Amino acid sequence: MVRRVAEILLVITSWVSSLGVVAVVVALVAFLVYRSASVLDLQLFFGDVAWPDAVFGGARVLHGIWPAIAGTLILIAASSAVAIPLGIAAGVFISEYASGRFRATITFLVDVLAGTPSIIMGLFGFSMILLLRQTIAPDAGTGLLVAAVCLALLVLPYMIRATQNALEGLPAEMRLLGASMGMSHSQSVLRILIPAASRGILSGAVLSLGRAAEDTAVIMLTGAVATAGGRGPQSLTDKFEALPFKIFVIAAEHNTAEELSVGFASALVLLVLTASLFSLTFILQRSLERLWKA
Amino acid sequence: MYVVLGTAAAIAVAAVLGMFAFLAYFALPLFTADGFARMIDWTWRPADGSFGILPMVVGSLGLSALAMAVAFPVAVAVCAFAFGIGPRQPARIVMTIVNLMTGIPTIVYAFAAAIILPPLLRAGFEGGTGFSLLGAALVLAVLVLPTIVLVIDSNWQGLMAATRHTTAALGMNPTQHVLGVMIPASRAGLLAAFVLGFGRALGDTMVALMLSGNVPLVPESPIDSVRALTAHISLVMSLEVGGPGYQSAFAAGFILLLTTSAISIAVRNMGRRGSSGA
Repeated sequence: MVRRVAEILLVITSWVSSLGVVAVVVALVAFLVYRSASVLDLQLFFGDVAWPDAVFGGARVLHGIWPAIAGTLILIAASSAVAIPLGIAAGVFISEYASGRFRATITFLVDVLAGTPSIIMGLFGFSMILLLRQTIAPDAGTGLLVAAVCLALLVLPYMIRATQNALEGLPAEMRLLGASMGMSHSQSVLRILIPAASRGILSGAVLSLGRAAEDTAVIMLTGAVATAGGRGPQSLTDKFEALPFKIFVIAAEHNTAEELSVGFASALVLLVLTASLFSLTFILQRSLERLWKA
Repeated sequence: MYVVLGTAAAIAVAAVLGMFAFLAYFALPLFTADGFARMIDWTWRPADGSFGILPMVVGSLGLSALAMAVAFPVAVAVCAFAFGIGPRQPARIVMTIVNLMTGIPTIVYAFAAAIILPPLLRAGFEGGTGFSLLGAALVLAVLVLPTIVLVIDSNWQGLMAATRHTTAALGMNPTQHVLGVMIPASRAGLLAAFVLGFGRALGDTMVALMLSGNVPLVPESPIDSVRALTAHISLVMSLEVGGPGYQSAFAAGFILLLTTSAISIAVRNMGRRGSSGA
């Protein structure tokens, strides 16, 4: 009798929970679209400036979210330039070269890094600047470079793990292939294993881009500002605008209904950006599974 | 090639160790007898020279615990749905949506919730601003849900394949299979999922910052405002320069880092025990 009741309860809660989760996501997206509909046009992005002037001519956009989008894109590019090569190289090393104890130690440290809250990376970047100021560079300040390095630290574990998983998931015969053809270990890694694992590695890279794009806690301590002169960052030491930080500022400081609508629209733009990156990761992983199962 | 790759791995290792060292170095002034006593205190009132961060420790733990109290049962129920209780096609749709949820930025949840929830909470409960432990915990629950579901999902996939035919032969229906076999047999996996979810909730900054009200007091009811350690760091860093208040941000960071590292170690050990037992 008790078992029967438990079964019925489980069926009810599983239906209610699943429908609830779907409802929350659908409601969130619908709400964002509904609240931003009134401002969704080119003016949202560029204000009164013609878009080619803003994108290519360096014209200042004072009433639009383009500077924040440009800041986010440059930030993603800069942090990826650090994290992707470093992550792939470290992942290949762990999977193909490191042995025994050393491999276990690095894997463990990567796990710790993956579990570290992003605000800690921000605090780390901030403290690096503090230390630089006290020692060799009294003028050092937060900016694009510091933010990019800290974001790179945040996404590095995803990149390392993806590379590691992609290599370790390869069929065992593939490891024998190089040796049977008289290749050295490094030749086999470079010419056979990495190309074969490239789709998995790529999905890790795309996932890293998404994580770097969405993070707010890191950049709020390392140089993101509410307005940066209407342009994307011009140098690596510039303060910058970024989409997630813009949304945060609007939440805290909006005065009019229109500003709030711009906040919802910015959230929608960011959601579209990260959701497409994550969907791409998902599709890459799916196709990868199919590739080796066939 | 070995050298290049080895250097990359060494840089990754140095980054993690460097982060620990930095935060320890900057938190160090606090770990003198006097500074420590000042920090481990129940009052945060910088104007009067009180810099206790215990209310924030309680705030962080309370937020994460309440969020998990909601998110964990829901996550298990969603997995039960996906592993046999729900019809095949809806089950697949639910899991796809949970996967997509990992791609929704935290700031998007936080922004939408900061506009919608507080007025509702103000209307539903007497008193307070609506920026509360309860509101922040509900949003955090949504935020950590996909993490928990995906960990349980990967744990259950192997278990499902191994037990499905046996239970079917015994005449169990899918509900009995989940309740009688899957849940009891995956206790270690469920625990790991819980701990990982708790760690994610603890490490979140934006939801806590934008929804919990940030009042540095120990909450007495779910509709009281609280301040999390993560939010404390970002508030202190944006408001103050220098002084003991400033150092408390590093102390908060150090506490967080120790806690989340301990969680990573715990999950790792669980995984080891789980795999050796199977």
